[in-house]
Amino acid sequence: MIHSLFLINASGDIFLEKHWKSVVSRSVCDYFFEAQERATEPENVPPVIPTPHHYLISVLRHRIYFVAVIQSEVPPLFVIEFLHRVVDTFQDYFGVCTEAAIKDNVVVVYELLEEMLDNGFPLATESNILKELIKPPTILRTMVNTITGSTNVGEQLPTGQLSVVPWRRTGVKYTNNEAYFDVVEEIDAIIDKSGSTITAEIQGVIDACVKLTGMPDLTLSFMNPRLLDDVSFHPCVRFKRWEAERILSFIPPDGNFRLLSYHVSSQNLVAIPVYVKHNITFREGSSQGRFDLTLGPKQTMGKAVEAVLVSSQLPRGVLNANLNPSQGTYTFDPVTKLLTWDVGKINPQKLPNLKGTMNLQAGASKPDENPTINIQFKIQQMAISGLKVNRLDMYGEKYKPFKGIKYMTKAGKFQVRT
Amino acid sequence: MSTAALYNDQGAAEAAVEAGQETTPTSSSSGAAFGLFSTDFKKNEDLKEMLESNKESLKLEAMKRIVQLISKGKNASELFPAIVKNVASKNIELKKLVYVYLVRYAEEQQDLALLSISTFQRALKDPNQFIRASALRVLSSIRVPIIVPIMMLAIKEAAADLSPYVRKTSAHAIQKLHSLDPDQKEQLIEVIEKLLKDKSTLVAGSVVMAFEEVCPDRIDLIHKNYRKLCNLLVDVEEWGQVVIINMLTRYARTQFLNPNINESLLEEGSGGEKMFYGSDEDEDEDEKEKKAEAAAIAKRKPYVMDPDHRLLLRNTKPLLQSRNAAVVMAVAQLYFHLAPKAEVGVIAKALVRLLRSHSEVQFVVLQNVATMTIKRRGMFEPYLKSFYIRSTDPTQIKVLKLEVLTNLANETNISTILREFQTYIKSMDKDFVAATIQAIGRCATNIGEVRDTCLNGLVQLLSNRDELVVAESVVVIKKLLQMQPEKHSDIIKHMAKLTDNIQVPMARASILWLIGEYCEHVPRIAPDVLRKMAKSFTNEEDIVKLQIINLAAKLYLTNSKQTKLLTQYVLNLAKYDQNYDIRDRARFVRQLIVPTEKSGALSKYAKKLFLALKPAPVLESPFKDRDHFQLGSLSHLLNAKAGGYQELPEWPEAAPDPSVRNVEVPEWTKCSSREKRKEKKVEKPFYSDSEGESGPTESADSESDSASTTDSASASVSEESESGLESESEEESETEEEEEDKKEKKNQKKEPKKPVQESESEQSSEEEDRKPEKRSKKLKSDSESDSVEDEGSESESSPSESEDFESEAVVTKKKKAAESKPPSKSVRKEEKKEKKEMSLLDLDDFEPTPSPQVTPVNTLLSNSLATDLEGLSLSDSILSPATIIPSGALKNYELLHRITGEGLSVEYCFSRQPFSPDANMVAVQLQFTNNSTSDTKNLHMEDVRLQSGMRVKEFPEIELLPAGEMTSAVMGIDFCDSTQAANFQLCSHTKKFFVSIQPPVGELMRPVFLTENEFKKEQGQLMGMNEITEKLTLDVKCRNEHAIVQRVTTAANLSRVPCGSDKECSPPVPPPDYPVHRFAGRTVTSSSLVLVTVATREEGAAQLMVNCEKMVIGTMLVKDILLALTQ
Repeated sequence: MIHSLFLINASGDIFLEKHWKSVVSRSVCDYFFEAQERATEPENVPPVIPTPHHYLISVLRHRIYFVAVIQSEVPPLFVIEFLHRVVDTFQDYFGVCTEAAIKDNVVVVYELLEEMLDNGFPLATESNILKELIKPPTILRTMVNTITGSTNVGEQLPTGQLSVVPWRRTGVKYTNNEAYFDVVEEIDAIIDKSGSTITAEIQGVIDACVKLTGMPDLTLSFMNPRLLDDVSFHPCVRFKRWEAERILSFIPPDGNFRLLSYHVSSQNLVAIPVYVKHNITFREGSSQGRFDLTLGPKQTMGKAVEAVLVSSQLPRGVLNANLNPSQGTYTFDPVTKLLTWDVGKINPQKLPNLKGTMNLQAGASKPDENPTINIQFKIQQMAISGLKVNRLDMYGEKYKPFKGIKYMTKAGKFQVRT
Repeated sequence: MSTAALYNDQGAAEAAVEAGQETTPTSSSSGAAFGLFSTDFKKNEDLKEMLESNKESLKLEAMKRIVQLISKGKNASELFPAIVKNVASKNIELKKLVYVYLVRYAEEQQDLALLSISTFQRALKDPNQFIRASALRVLSSIRVPIIVPIMMLAIKEAAADLSPYVRKTSAHAIQKLHSLDPDQKEQLIEVIEKLLKDKSTLVAGSVVMAFEEVCPDRIDLIHKNYRKLCNLLVDVEEWGQVVIINMLTRYARTQFLNPNINESLLEEGSGGEKMFYGSDEDEDEDEKEKKAEAAAIAKRKPYVMDPDHRLLLRNTKPLLQSRNAAVVMAVAQLYFHLAPKAEVGVIAKALVRLLRSHSEVQFVVLQNVATMTIKRRGMFEPYLKSFYIRSTDPTQIKVLKLEVLTNLANETNISTILREFQTYIKSMDKDFVAATIQAIGRCATNIGEVRDTCLNGLVQLLSNRDELVVAESVVVIKKLLQMQPEKHSDIIKHMAKLTDNIQVPMARASILWLIGEYCEHVPRIAPDVLRKMAKSFTNEEDIVKLQIINLAAKLYLTNSKQTKLLTQYVLNLAKYDQNYDIRDRARFVRQLIVPTEKSGALSKYAKKLFLALKPAPVLESPFKDRDHFQLGSLSHLLNAKAGGYQELPEWPEAAPDPSVRNVEVPEWTKCSSREKRKEKKVEKPFYSDSEGESGPTESADSESDSASTTDSASASVSEESESGLESESEEESETEEEEEDKKEKKNQKKEPKKPVQESESEQSSEEEDRKPEKRSKKLKSDSESDSVEDEGSESESSPSESEDFESEAVVTKKKKAAESKPPSKSVRKEEKKEKKEMSLLDLDDFEPTPSPQVTPVNTLLSNSLATDLEGLSLSDSILSPATIIPSGALKNYELLHRITGEGLSVEYCFSRQPFSPDANMVAVQLQFTNNSTSDTKNLHMEDVRLQSGMRVKEFPEIELLPAGEMTSAVMGIDFCDSTQAANFQLCSHTKKFFVSIQPPVGELMRPVFLTENEFKKEQGQLMGMNEITEKLTLDVKCRNEHAIVQRVTTAANLSRVPCGSDKECSPPVPPPDYPVHRFAGRTVTSSSLVLVTVATREEGAAQLMVNCEKMVIGTMLVKDILLALTQ
């Protein structure tokens, strides 16, 4: 399946290569560079590029292209999904997935890639198993390693592959037994010029951090499971039980994992927590434009809207912007024409406002396109869909775990058209 | 920190190495490189020393640096001898790194590599499974042909290993050996065959992968393992699932029959093909018929789904919930290629979910969705908004979404889509704007209603400042105008003016072509344009020049007086052009059009040649017909066959023998996997409790349950129907009478309950029956196949229904269907009081639907619905009868007049009964009268011609209509919420008549019951564009409540919203003297709400308000109701 992997950085250098079958010359990447040149934006490089003898399938994450070389028919999503899994694993191991981190840990990277693929076919992709095979580098361990010359490779041979639950290793021990669940919901919305909602939907995930001794068996139930319309589970969740009783029953993997992601059924109306009043105009003839933007809370159920960040791609004709924010700071990049305004918290008594003028190129006609406004925000302690966890129970072990549940709402792809 | 320093250190050294390495291969001979080469040499010397030292840590350090070299693509092959010695090291990490090195360089240093082999051979016997496995992994990865026999031996041994992990590794090794030495194929296939029998989930994915690589055509190896693979699938790791699902898709295509075969036949319009969803009665008859002419109509056999086919569909469905996009896509393509049409819909939701993922995933998914939307538009229509485009999407995603939106456009949603397109046109991304304009063009060609709107919009774009936008619009307008040029001479004129400004060659060429083509519409302007063009001829691009010549030629032919000189001037200029194409064209044109003494025979035909009517171009989706590639595959994405792509086979004409999949040991699949599961989860009490019984097979889903209930239900029906249809209808009427006696509430509860018990008991008994049946199947004798077929044909009806159960709305509708009988009676009673005999008479006339067809359907439904009904809240079921309103006199329309029909006259009316075989269809009742003196035989329909998306369920053939007799039949039409006519031929044994049924908009809906509050809430959500208000003066006869209600409900199939409360409690916005009447319904196909409000004022003035998401329906409905109320 996957023949080789090349890692290419933003400036177009191949800084790592790995081959699983016979060696493919790195000149194959020239086709990739060609395509990259043709695409104006980095994200417009087509994910699949055919070359005379190979196919290149690439993903772009953290400004690094992961280019897999394929020789014959294979489902493209298979490769793409795998590459993303590789990136996730790197991130898990090194905290960040940057060129520097990969270069610093090149031996671990190589060991990981060796375990993840055998002859181009995925072998072990569960992070729990990988961590048993290859210990993630920590500062302490690297110190010790350099002094003693010992290694990152696990001393004992793993049993993970054959444990009764493939995603959990045996013999886990903790002194504090704790299980935390984060319900995070994101609102994707397109709001039109007049402020009415064109489309809005809620996507949510439940991320878990479970540190429990032994082989606990958890059940998690919701107050209102009918809200969940479309769900996808971590493989540990018993699908039958969900189908029958709408209860999540699972033996959790050890550590951090995504238990569930869901989509809230579209019948429910989505509460839009913020509104935007905007007045962005360019006058014909004059080389100035007016910019006036006010944000306000709408349906927030009394919770504060925090970490608000507004960004907007202004038309190419705009040379500069002289704006005056009532709170927070704004920046305008004259090269990319990107305006960002870091608002912070919205105070309902004194609504944040950004007002001022934009200077256009002299003599240029008024741009006929209108910028869209992207908004990011966070609301703590609330799941906007109203989803509530009812209870969490543990079976199979004797101790009493500490349990915690946190809710949060965020803006996903939240756009306001003007 | 110290490491970092160390690495940096090394980095500097490496930089030197790098420089040296880069020069060595090309210029090692040149003296300049020598110095660098030597440092490099020395450097590696250093590594060699480290490797040969006794200290493990030094060796390890050396290996780490070597791995870094490899990762940069540097050559480290000369260290091979020093490294290979360490292959037997005790240190695991060192060993691993040596392995990495070996795999990379063994091919280049084959002789030396052999030194390591004995170590691996020893390790293959190690007691630890992981050492065995990794030894095999490395051994098989060393691509040295000489060790092929050793590898073969190792693989064979490992395939029989006790540890599933080692067996998995051996499956991987098979592929490696195969690519190294294809001659070993036969032996390898033996190993694959053995491993396919493996019951471990760990092995399954890998061995199927090996199968796909080595012998994908040996489908016979799969037979015996098919059921096991299906059952194991849920537990296989995700990557294996993808491979197995893809393989099983191909397998199923060769082994099972096309589940949509009937529909495809119907689409082809092969007349007389009947579908017997509802009536078992007919099926029995049909069965007899079949025996008579079995061979001849083998094709027409009602489709029977192989239970194994069902097993596959059922076991893959839960995987749509996988977190792995590749798995979801694999299941989606399996459903798309294998599932009956009605069941494919389930994948849409999962695919839409993937659109939230990384942009690469979106890209691939959207490509596939685009292909699917062409074949199955309805599937994604509810998710239209998920494809709306955000300004932050990458351009390639935008363009794909646009493609999907265009494919989804139809009469009902086009207005929203166009509004959305309007915002896209203002985008800053010009490539995307161009794509949008093309999309508008495609919408305009596909949907006639909006053509003018689109054209106007595009013409407005011509004044856009961006030249690219203008150019793209011109090109699209040109294509649109070609469809109906006569209406649009003003647009052509407008475009002629644009030639002064537009510089984009393609656009200029398009304008010139247009003017030339339609010069008779713009007789004044055309010569002037030619004059201007002649002036600038030499500066034009080639394509523009060619079009100038064309224009000149056409004008010369139509208007030679004015343009003769100009034409000659242009031709002379062209004669000396640099481009030979243009010179050629000029010569050719001159010979054709300018009469000379020696002008050839062709010049007579010049006019015909140049001014022939050109067919309008068809704007097609680039994704059309892409589905001949297996969806989700690389080949599909590239629209070209990739190496190693296995064609998706066509469905077989007749199913191959299903018994090949039977396995000798009867219950091993179930037992073994169940046992395994139990083993796995032995600690969990609830697990074994709740579902230990049926094990993984039952990882199925709700569907299996509903399927079995419907199964048993239909079984019971067929039993009953055998006992005679009359007794059944008697039973029915009995229950009806009972119902009348008791209070409604009780009825509601009781009616459903009875069948539940019935079906439950029957279900359990069936289940019991089934087990022995399965065993007996193994002994399968041919005589049995009949009974199997029977069973199948019943289950055949189940998919269509189980599908329907998904949405609650449909359920309620079905419920109505089930109840339609009893209420209609009570309704009749009410009417009796209200409307005297008149309406009673009417109804009796209609009591229509020849009972043999309808009654069994109803019982069938009520049985299968019983379970669903239970779930519904009490209040709902009480209220539901109210939804069926006293339908006034139904209007009869003429389908075939007595005279044109040569004695046969046909009338039709919309019976407003739910059409039970398909909830999305409108029931049309046909009444045939034979006025002639001879009998008419074999009345049936043929050659159904429909707008896309519409479907028809034909009425069953009427075998004999004696002279002077009347009969009626019911057919169903899914109008797709449009008022497009359904055209078909009505055939008797002698004649064919072209007829068409066009529904009034009011018949495209079905009543729903809403309370006043609900009504107001819904109305609040359908404001703005979706609201249409109209003032009117009521007809004199129509000023009382009764008349208004009656007229509205006659005009449209709506139910009245009880609004007594309005007078009592709510603050009287409309004064109580002037009541407000509200009516509610849903469109049949898309279930969009239709809300009608008639607010009366003084002196017969009134206001009519219609709220409907579908604006077209809303507007038409307003007209109809207006007419009904004012006349």
